[in-house]
Amino acid sequence: MSVAVEAQGLTRTFGGGRTLFGGRHPAVHAVQSADLTVRTGETLGVVGESGCGKSTLARMLVGLDRPTKGTIRLEGRDATELAGRDPRALAKHIQYVFQDPVASLNPRKTIRQTLEAPMRRLRGLDARAREARLAELMQVVSLREEFLDRYPHEFSGGQAQRIGIARALAADARVIVLDEPVSALDVSVQAQVLNLLDRLKHEFGLTYIFISHDLSVIESVCDRVAVMYFGRIVEVGAARELYAHPRHPYTALLMRSAPTPGKRRIDAEEKPAELPDPLNPPPGCAFASRCPRADAKCREARPPLEPVAVGAIDAAETDGQRAACWHPLLDGASSDNK
Amino acid sequence: MVALPVSGKKANDRGGRPSPFKLLIANRLSAAGLLLLGIIVALALLTPILPLPDPDITDPAQRLLRPGVDGHLLGTDHLGRDLLSRLLWGTRVSIVVGVSATLIAAIVGSLIGLTAGYAGGRSDNVLMRGIDLVMAFPYILLALGIVAVLGPGLLNALYAISIVNIPFFARNIRGMTLGLSRREFVDAARLSGASHPVILFGDVLPNVLPTIVVTMSTTVGWMILETAGLSFLGLGAQPPQADLGSMLGEGRKLLFTAPHVSVIPGVMIFVLVMSINLVGDGIRDVLDPRLKSGALAAPGAATTVKREAVPEKPATDAVLSVTDLRTQFQTGSRVYKAVGGVDLDLAPGERVGLVGESGSGKSVTALSLLRLVPTPPGTITAGRVVIGGEDQLAASVDKLRRLRGGKVAYVFQDPLTTLHPLFTVGQQIVEAVQAHQPLSRREAEAQAIELLERVQIPSAKARYNAYPHELSGGMRQRVCIAMALANDPELIIADEPTTALDVTVQAQVLKLMRGLSEQQGSAVLFITHDFGVVSELCDRVAVMYAGRIVEIGPTEAVLDAPAHPYTRKLIDCVPVLGEPDRRLDAIEGLPPPVDRLPTGCAFAERCPIVEPRCREGDIALDPLSDDRSVRCIKPYRMAS
Amino acid sequence: MWIYIGKRLIASVPILLGLSVIVFAMMALIPGDPATAILGSYATPENVARLNSQLGLDKPLVEQYFIWLGKLFHGDMGRSYALNRPVADEVFERFGATLILAGASLILCSIFGLIAGIAAAVRQFGWTDRVVTFLVLIGISTPSFWLGLLLIMLFAVELQWLPASGMYAIYGGGGPLDLLAHLAMPAVTLAVVATAVIARLTRAAMLEVLRQDYIRTARAKGVSERRVIYRHAFKAALVSIIPVIGIQAGFVLGGAVYIETVFQWPGIGRMLVNAISTRDLLLVQGGVLVVAASYVFFNLLADVAQTIVDPRLR
Repeated sequence: MSVAVEAQGLTRTFGGGRTLFGGRHPAVHAVQSADLTVRTGETLGVVGESGCGKSTLARMLVGLDRPTKGTIRLEGRDATELAGRDPRALAKHIQYVFQDPVASLNPRKTIRQTLEAPMRRLRGLDARAREARLAELMQVVSLREEFLDRYPHEFSGGQAQRIGIARALAADARVIVLDEPVSALDVSVQAQVLNLLDRLKHEFGLTYIFISHDLSVIESVCDRVAVMYFGRIVEVGAARELYAHPRHPYTALLMRSAPTPGKRRIDAEEKPAELPDPLNPPPGCAFASRCPRADAKCREARPPLEPVAVGAIDAAETDGQRAACWHPLLDGASSDNK
Repeated sequence: MVALPVSGKKANDRGGRPSPFKLLIANRLSAAGLLLLGIIVALALLTPILPLPDPDITDPAQRLLRPGVDGHLLGTDHLGRDLLSRLLWGTRVSIVVGVSATLIAAIVGSLIGLTAGYAGGRSDNVLMRGIDLVMAFPYILLALGIVAVLGPGLLNALYAISIVNIPFFARNIRGMTLGLSRREFVDAARLSGASHPVILFGDVLPNVLPTIVVTMSTTVGWMILETAGLSFLGLGAQPPQADLGSMLGEGRKLLFTAPHVSVIPGVMIFVLVMSINLVGDGIRDVLDPRLKSGALAAPGAATTVKREAVPEKPATDAVLSVTDLRTQFQTGSRVYKAVGGVDLDLAPGERVGLVGESGSGKSVTALSLLRLVPTPPGTITAGRVVIGGEDQLAASVDKLRRLRGGKVAYVFQDPLTTLHPLFTVGQQIVEAVQAHQPLSRREAEAQAIELLERVQIPSAKARYNAYPHELSGGMRQRVCIAMALANDPELIIADEPTTALDVTVQAQVLKLMRGLSEQQGSAVLFITHDFGVVSELCDRVAVMYAGRIVEIGPTEAVLDAPAHPYTRKLIDCVPVLGEPDRRLDAIEGLPPPVDRLPTGCAFAERCPIVEPRCREGDIALDPLSDDRSVRCIKPYRMAS
Repeated sequence: MWIYIGKRLIASVPILLGLSVIVFAMMALIPGDPATAILGSYATPENVARLNSQLGLDKPLVEQYFIWLGKLFHGDMGRSYALNRPVADEVFERFGATLILAGASLILCSIFGLIAGIAAAVRQFGWTDRVVTFLVLIGISTPSFWLGLLLIMLFAVELQWLPASGMYAIYGGGGPLDLLAHLAMPAVTLAVVATAVIARLTRAAMLEVLRQDYIRTARAKGVSERRVIYRHAFKAALVSIIPVIGIQAGFVLGGAVYIETVFQWPGIGRMLVNAISTRDLLLVQGGVLVVAASYVFFNLLADVAQTIVDPRLR
């Protein structure tokens, strides 16, 4: 199976640098040594709560943000280098759908102007080819062609997001990063957009990287899932396996916390949850202070992201599921989810 | 939350918006200003062809004539020159200088602002430090200094006024550009292959342009005043050339003998500048996007109630009894019926979920109960809200005040914007306590700390002195809940209190709210869009669509067997954890705009089982069983 | 808090240095030779050269600047050739008069601007609001120098209630009452524009704040309407009002130039206008520097006041 995107040791630090008097500015590690592999044709979900670094990760993948350290390879090419040298070449391979559909459209440009830009600048299409492609795109995202000459404020959130998706398609990129594409939408519209994304993926053979805070949305659209906490990937694996048997206590907590219609089963932590201070991160596992299984080792040493295959669990059964935890949940520990 | 549906709907109808010019004319003051300015500019343009004496010809025999004497309509000055002629020629000069100075300042300042705001980082720092330095001089003093260097003269005065106004533009435009450059559409343009100059001038500039125009139109008058000031001091226009300022300066020496020589040019400056300011204010109102939303009015203490008839209802033991509540928003000629007749009763200690999508009227319903919907534009037009045996829609503002935060408390959605940023959380809780209990400061403080402990805030004593921005979102929402609990309320109205929170924090807050409600026996009206949250907390659930409740009943019964097609669709379109193979049954289309509701069922357009009868007349919320009701003529029966 | 004030104090050092560079550069930029200007156009080249070297004008510009700066630290701003006395003496004598005038105006415009702005916002769309809006329009459209003339005509010439000019009466003046009588018209005239600007901004800031969610929260917890407006809303509005009052300090200090000319107030503004006409450039330099430095101080005060109000800035 070929690899669409491969990130290694991806790190992004904000701030830092020297002050006027030689001191150090405080630095925040938004993303720390993230390794990620996206196979061609799959949907990889990245799930986490606010401030976990998932959006920064997404922005680095498309070249909107520069990694402080680490490499991204896109269909075999060095994407970080490409982003600096020829951003247009990168944009032909990977595109992005934004969280806030209305804010991602320029309020003073018609939909036609917005959609034509990538065709002209990235694909070099002439006027006639653009016209044909515009008609095709609007049909693909189920919008009427007459909308082309309207301005963004005339659209609802769901329609605007369809336009956002059409723009990503206009560049003919095969990999699309979807950054919380439905979280600004009402639930009835959310389903329309999710179904549209699913259809497009099959129609055009796309690869998705789907960022969301919503566990159930991720579960319903993704083949594999990476869970982030405090700037790091704490668990990654095939979606079914990971949802059925979360190995990292944080993943398990997320699952237990998500409310489900018709069920009263949320099991919240006893202590109010607080993230560690990003300016002064703990030396060990960032989740240790909230974790019921944490011991001295967890507070001192940072656990690596490793395959979970100990004792009763057969390595083949876990399908490459990896968790960054010294004491992963094995055997029946996760059965309390169901 | 309340403004959102209103502005959203308005946005859909911008096609019918009148042109900016028409809007400007519609503003009476601006129209008057435009007329006045038009006359002055026309006179100034026509000056060379008007039958006027040469403004610079002196005639000592005719000096200091009063207005109207010897054919001099406005009299003459100390050298016998015709004042009318000098006035019109001077006006020409003043307008040209003022407008030129504005253009120079606007172009240079905007370029600096655009560059600094877009480039950010070091370029921004260097440019803005330079601007700061210019601004470190008192305004007119810098102009004086520049004239001192360049020497007195009209052109030098023009340069001086331009330079001192550059920072004003640079700062405004930089701030705006900075905000725009972080917006997602700029990122989108980058991903569409646009280069930085293309983005700056093609994507950012068009969005900044209205601000530049507004800034220009509101500063032209000021610049004319300032150049006149320099000329008044003898540092601008040099004799014999006249502008309005230098005429005034010359007239000053004759203040006691011939006041008309200084009064007349002063009146001209005043009228000119005022007409420009009137037009400028009008342009600002038309172009400023914040004013467009129609929400510039500040709300009063309580929503206006204009009811024609008050529905009767037998007294119950309910903590809250709502009958036919209707709330609408009026912007311009449009009337948005956000709440179109809600009936709802809450028994003591009962927890009821009010579920709906944005624009369904759930939040407006919640705010209407204690008349917290902003007026203008909101009005409650019908219904009764009985709390504590009294109709609160008829209560005085003072009575309402005693109820608010006392017997009935609110918790709102976004804990950052709902807490006052400049007071400590302790101060804000103490205020809630003291608004209803005659406690001393010390007693109230002790109670506030106890409340913080009750909502499980760790080290409550230390957190008492924290400001909201120093707390995490979950902590802030706990503070809001503590504030709501301050006076042992019988009813807590919670408007999406967990929507802005992370899922693990939401779980904790839900657990806390459930625990507290059970402990204290207070009823909860919980507004949300999430059936999962409702399942977690609520005994009963009411589903709202287009301003009305379409289904109400015990939570489990409704979720297991929804009776209204909308409820069923709404449940089916949400992915559920643990059921990845479930097909998402999307509801096609959009809810109807509440300013143009259809006859009959509002959901008919999107309903899979619609029939002609559905669109014929009003459909009542009819009982389905003894504890369920549904607003549908052919609801799904439990057996099906 | 104190750390912040300390930081701000340190941050104003580069601004003051920047100001001194600009003011010094102004002098250096002036076309023509100061020595020739002093000695007149008939001076011999030798005399001009000698004076230039006496004045240190033959040295490189950077060196000249540091020499000038060093003297400045010792309170030496050179000598005014027109007045034939040290610039520093003249400037500081005049500066006192300007501070009295500007200070009085700043107090007036803050008080009346805030009151008018709040009143208009609280009664939005009512009569108070309309009257304030109208007065603000007149205020920002009136040339202050012309208003001064009109006031003199009315109160000094027609009614003879107030003296037309000066700071103290020439005969038998000198008391605080005498000062007040002389101060009334110029201070009011100077305050008019600033009052209008502050009133307009206060109104806008109050209206903006009154729409915020936390005001709704205050009402929802049963706080009285008075408290909502004067405690919750006004405090939040102050965050945007304080910087504008700081800017008005600059307008008042600068606007004093006109008012001092109209009312013959013996302040630094009138001195500057005269010095510019007589090309007494050292006097201009000293005057501009002192007023600009005092403005930096006013801005510092505004910053500190804003930090006291807004904990997010600390």
